[in-house]
Amino acid sequence: MLRFEGIFKDYGGTPALADVDLHVPEAQTTVLIGPSGCGKSTLLRLAAGLIRPDRGQVWFEGAPLDTGNLRPARLRMGYMIQDGGLFPHLSVRDNVTLMARQLDWPRERREQRLAELADLVQLPPAMLGRYPIELSGGQRQRVALMRALMLDPDLLLLDEPLGALDPMIRFELQRELKAIFARLGKTVLMVTHDLAEAVFFGHRIVLLRAGRIVQQAEPRVILDNPAEPFVAQFVAAQREPQRVLLGAGR
Amino acid sequence: MRRGMLRRASSRRLPATGLGLATLVALLLAVGPVAWSAESSAEESTPRPVVIGSKKFTESVILGETLRLLARDAGHPARHRAELGGTRILWGALLSGEIDIYPEYSGTLVREILSGEDVSSPELLEAALAARGVQSSASLGFENTYAIAVPESLAEQLGLQRISDLREHPDLRFGFSSEFLDRADGWPGLRQRYRLPQTRVQGLDHDLVYRGIDAGHLDVTVVYTTDAEIARYGLRMLDDDLGYFEDYQAILLYRAELAEEAPDALAAFRRLEGAIDAPTMAGMNGAVKLEGDSEQTVAARLLSEGLGLEVTVSGQGFWSQLGQRTLEHLGLVGVSLGAAILFAVPLGVLAAQNARLGHLILGITGMIQTIPSLALFVFLIPWLGIGWLPTVVALFLYGLLPIVRNTHAGLMDIPVPIRESADVLGLTRGARLRLIELPLAANTILAGIKTSAVLNVGTATVAALIGAGGYGQPILTGIRLDDTALIMQGAVPAALLALGLQGLFEFAERWVVPRGLRLKPTDGVRADADPDPKRPRS
Repeated sequence: MLRFEGIFKDYGGTPALADVDLHVPEAQTTVLIGPSGCGKSTLLRLAAGLIRPDRGQVWFEGAPLDTGNLRPARLRMGYMIQDGGLFPHLSVRDNVTLMARQLDWPRERREQRLAELADLVQLPPAMLGRYPIELSGGQRQRVALMRALMLDPDLLLLDEPLGALDPMIRFELQRELKAIFARLGKTVLMVTHDLAEAVFFGHRIVLLRAGRIVQQAEPRVILDNPAEPFVAQFVAAQREPQRVLLGAGR
Repeated sequence: MRRGMLRRASSRRLPATGLGLATLVALLLAVGPVAWSAESSAEESTPRPVVIGSKKFTESVILGETLRLLARDAGHPARHRAELGGTRILWGALLSGEIDIYPEYSGTLVREILSGEDVSSPELLEAALAARGVQSSASLGFENTYAIAVPESLAEQLGLQRISDLREHPDLRFGFSSEFLDRADGWPGLRQRYRLPQTRVQGLDHDLVYRGIDAGHLDVTVVYTTDAEIARYGLRMLDDDLGYFEDYQAILLYRAELAEEAPDALAAFRRLEGAIDAPTMAGMNGAVKLEGDSEQTVAARLLSEGLGLEVTVSGQGFWSQLGQRTLEHLGLVGVSLGAAILFAVPLGVLAAQNARLGHLILGITGMIQTIPSLALFVFLIPWLGIGWLPTVVALFLYGLLPIVRNTHAGLMDIPVPIRESADVLGLTRGARLRLIELPLAANTILAGIKTSAVLNVGTATVAALIGAGGYGQPILTGIRLDDTALIMQGAVPAALLALGLQGLFEFAERWVVPRGLRLKPTDGVRADADPDPKRPRS
């Protein structure tokens, strides 16, 4: 599905990624986590084709991701960022169906898919005519997810998708998103800085530090068998809130 | 087929920014032909009319009007492009064939137009003119030279008789017409010849000089010896005791081809040779400037009293004149603004896409903005002649900067996450620009267009100087005649037009700026206040 191979990336002399190899398995949620500047967002942006590696190769569905096939590849990706990245001048309906229009989907098919998605993310139909500025933060993220899912992509790229939300709404959306991912069986690559969220979502957690992968494993392994003192430290620093959240979630 | 229909149907609700802008441009450009045809239809007739030019002072306009009536009396159509700025514009227009004839002064011809050439004998002068395809008439019978004048009371008080006497009074305040201040046979030469010590020298419009003297802001000025104001304001002309000022005989300069193209008209024009003496000319100037007669009336009187010709004069009604000026002005602003939008928006887009190119584009358009409008007009005349075209081009150039700058700024202000979201969605570059970036920048772009429009309404008034008409015409004439009411006839409609355009653009915002951007953030509160419709599933 998605594979990173020997990736190096510098930002003006500061290495953001150094020799990263990573395989993102299909139909699972892989969470990238680590302290600020560890390179987790850089990795996600490489997958989206927003930046190109200095060295190494990103593979997407068996082909190297480069300028030649970027657009078709992107049509099979869904992308969602911290505060939605919704286009403020377009209504919810137009935000979600923009790309389908570009691809000349018939109107009935668009509307049907729109209704399906609204139902999936539990957005009331009345909201479809609204503009982003008229929505609450949680509603915006629901719409952003609808937009990301519109073309039924193979891969979802999520950059801190719930990072800007109030804790209560965030908690609620976490549960819904996880259910949706499970139902759709999507391959998900998600960036977060919150270990609780990582543990909650991730089939696998990839912990990065200073541009390198420190440990990648199932959540339980990360928590119980840290590979390095840094991992233990990182876990310890976040353990308390994570425990509370996990407890409340079950 | 079906596919195409669907596409059209599907794009109906997408942002209308592009469509809105295109409609705006089309509307603006459409004003041009309408205004232009309104102007030219009145003029068009066969044979080709003789085009007469005149400078922007009363005497020149009277002479130009006299020429027009003479041609008409001889049965030849004629058009008078009155008040075309100064010597350079008229001489340039004559050489390029934009005008066929205009009244000039021998001293200006020899010392300014042909300065640097040996024209010391009549034969040499004739040859120099012939080389340019120009001929000169004999003197019209009067001289209008420069004279230095001071208020009679001041002359009395200081005992001023001759220009040399000024040397003893270095504190006197001099005010000269800008042309006199600069030209070789003007102030620089005068100061040198008489070794004048004064340093308080101001340049201003000739017609404002009298007001300056009258209001006591100036002591000494330069006058034309046929100016009607000399008597009115009680000025004393000082004796040119060192013989500095040269002969300024009134003459007619015309294109040599006129002899073949319109011999009848030329013959009529030449009847003016020796027909006007200085007191007659001063009287005519006074009739226009002090008694409020029209140039046309005064010219007709001259022809009937001096040459025994009976000509009828017809004036244009106030409203029809206002209507014509409005059309001319709208034509100038509309066409130049439409063209500016067509060029400036793509330039702004280019500037936003490439930082280095952006610097260059913003730099060049910014530089154009610093060129004074009159200089730009004069600069354009050799290529584009006078009148409508160079004015539109100049206004177009001035219109670029605000639109380019705002397009650039509007695009640069779009948050990076929005742009990246559009990219990852799979939009092509063109679609991203059309559907996302331009609509988001629409408000800023429109503000730039509004700025250009309002600026151009103002700048276009200057264009009367090169014969483009519009609201500038009454302003120009009003300044020349010191007639505030006439100035208002141009200034008030121009201000109203600017306000009207401003309103029009605020209206245009409704269909150029997408609805989602016009909502106020407070509308969001309503959404937040809604009871959250979904419940956590468990």
